[in-house]
Amino acid sequence: MFSATARSVRLSAALATVAALALGATACSGTTKDSASKEAGPAAATGKADPNSATKKGLTVAFLPKQVNNPYFTTSDNGGKKALEELGSTYKEVGTSSGTDTSGQVSYVNTLTQQQVNAIAVSAQDPGALCTSLKQAMKNGVSVVTYDSDTQTDCRQVFVSQASAEDLGRTQIQLLAKQIGGKGEIAILSAAQTATNQNTWIDFMKDELKKPEYKDIKLVKTAYGDDDAQKSFQQTQGLLQEHPNLKGIVSPTTVGIKAAAQYLSGSKYKGKVKLTGLGTPNDMRAYVKNGTVEGFELWDPAKLGALAAHTAVALQSGQITGAEGETFKAGDLGSFTIGKDGVVSLGVPTVFTKDNIDQFQF
Amino acid sequence: MSDTTKNASAQPPALARLGQAVRWDTAVGALLLTLLICSFSFVDNFGNALNLSFLIGNTLPIALIALPMTMLVVSGEVDLSVGSTAGLSGAVMGALWNNGMAIETIIPLCLVLGVVCGLVNGLLVTRLGLPSLAVTIGTMAAYRGIAQIILGSDSVTDFPTQYLDFGAGRIGSTFIPYAAIPFVVLLVVAVLVLHATPIGRSLFATGSSEDAARFAGIRVKRLKLSMFVTTGVISSLTGVFWALHYASARYDNATGLELSVIAAVLLGGIDFDGGKGTLGGAIAGVLLLGTLQNVMSLVNVSAQSQIVVTGVLLVISVLAPRVGRQVAQARARRRTASATAVVPSPGPS
Repeated sequence: MFSATARSVRLSAALATVAALALGATACSGTTKDSASKEAGPAAATGKADPNSATKKGLTVAFLPKQVNNPYFTTSDNGGKKALEELGSTYKEVGTSSGTDTSGQVSYVNTLTQQQVNAIAVSAQDPGALCTSLKQAMKNGVSVVTYDSDTQTDCRQVFVSQASAEDLGRTQIQLLAKQIGGKGEIAILSAAQTATNQNTWIDFMKDELKKPEYKDIKLVKTAYGDDDAQKSFQQTQGLLQEHPNLKGIVSPTTVGIKAAAQYLSGSKYKGKVKLTGLGTPNDMRAYVKNGTVEGFELWDPAKLGALAAHTAVALQSGQITGAEGETFKAGDLGSFTIGKDGVVSLGVPTVFTKDNIDQFQF
Repeated sequence: MSDTTKNASAQPPALARLGQAVRWDTAVGALLLTLLICSFSFVDNFGNALNLSFLIGNTLPIALIALPMTMLVVSGEVDLSVGSTAGLSGAVMGALWNNGMAIETIIPLCLVLGVVCGLVNGLLVTRLGLPSLAVTIGTMAAYRGIAQIILGSDSVTDFPTQYLDFGAGRIGSTFIPYAAIPFVVLLVVAVLVLHATPIGRSLFATGSSEDAARFAGIRVKRLKLSMFVTTGVISSLTGVFWALHYASARYDNATGLELSVIAAVLLGGIDFDGGKGTLGGAIAGVLLLGTLQNVMSLVNVSAQSQIVVTGVLLVISVLAPRVGRQVAQARARRRTASATAVVPSPGPS
């Protein structure tokens, strides 16, 4: 036995030596970020678009949201479903029950490739992790559209953006600034720390706050509720305990803003601490009516899903390829033009207040 | 007569126990075989090379860690920090890569990091005598936290193409991923160590009765420490593979991996009380869960239902051998009782 453990000690020592040697040997000659970035070639342009080609019917388009059974994605995917039914194609939805199960999302992409669906509309949990499998899918003739949350640009053909990230980030700060009278401490309650879209919006919020008119507003903390109602609720509670002078909270996530509103409406801060961000009218109606929330904003997720569906079908029909400047029709939604990096934008967000909230049912 | 009685009472439980262990392994193996045959025959798109390579690629991280985990559980310990060690290894890999270090330097460094993580677990368990469950729940959180401090919310995706190809690619148009080759080598080593060397015998002895093993001259603490270190190294290796396979190094990589590994090991018939189990069973368990998941996805079973199926399977796998053992013991007792009842009569020779 002694010899066996002595061997394992020796093994560890050998391993350390190997590591040290490798460190010495490769410190100046290995593959580094710099040498790797040089070999990366430009993304190959594929095919040519014919805007007049007929819209194909009988396609299967799969929606792969970040998380299934999340009310936001359910609304969005149902919008896609409705659009596909009108277009005479088949809709299906698959996905993981956790919003941070990247490897699960990867295996769903692989499965869809196996099932030979015509197109995948995916909301990516991670910009890079899906790349290998999405490229594999495209190689097998599957059209790939991202919606709500993008991947790297060469891993999909078109990104259907809910609104420009800049608009969303800046308008949320503008909304909150108006509600707190342009003065005081504010905090952000986000979803997961790695969520691509959330982080982009937060960057624009911070940039907006640099403007002179917001000099009296101080961002004291960014908390993360992981799109989990209970965790977001606790984080709100924590924010208010930690910062008793807090005047406002921005929560750019539907789960977060609802949990925060739920906490505020049952606490002494109701109406005193302002809350805004991105939420759905159905979730927030009660809190707007009872005075907890003055106003919040969102795009129509059903329209987002519908636009993703139209984009996927347009790609499969050869009407677009994803190149900048191409134009396509998306039913009732109107006509859209693909922008830089293959991004299609749905439009500016709508602000919901107690005056107009009853006009929206989603 | 009394001799035969003694034999009758002593042998069946021992035999039954041995029989149970073997039978459960075999049962899992048979179940896997049945599932594979059914899937090849009835599930569309299952049998093609691309899908099989996906299946193996997704299962590899679990299979890799299952090797040292089996040994650790056989010796009566457990390591719940494996997923976090893998995540930490990926985070360090990403951070160093961002700082311009060569990948050939980073990978050995990550393995050394695995040694350190394993040492911390092992020393806390063996030197302070703390239960490994508690220690590794703690380090599970700690390693994940350190990973988050090191890499923050970044996700590093721009690793060199040849390494990404190794992590995600397969050999030609076969179904075998490149990464399966090192795994097979490690599997052979692990099988030999556990089932054909004094180290393996010491692990089983320690798991069956630590005190007895110590009195028999086995240096239990060192043995366990070296097992924790091995687990740490393999976990960090898995972290490197994970980052390359999914082309993404993030602090939350491999979250929950420990549960998949433990589920597979349990399903493979490794007894959590220690001292019992085979690597063949563990790998059969890993493959069974992986195949089941792949097939369920292909036939459009929702994610939620998949979790339920896995959970039910797990409960059965823990219950079945135990129930089987109890049935066998009860039967042995009955046999003993009937044998004793025979004693007064002039016994047949």
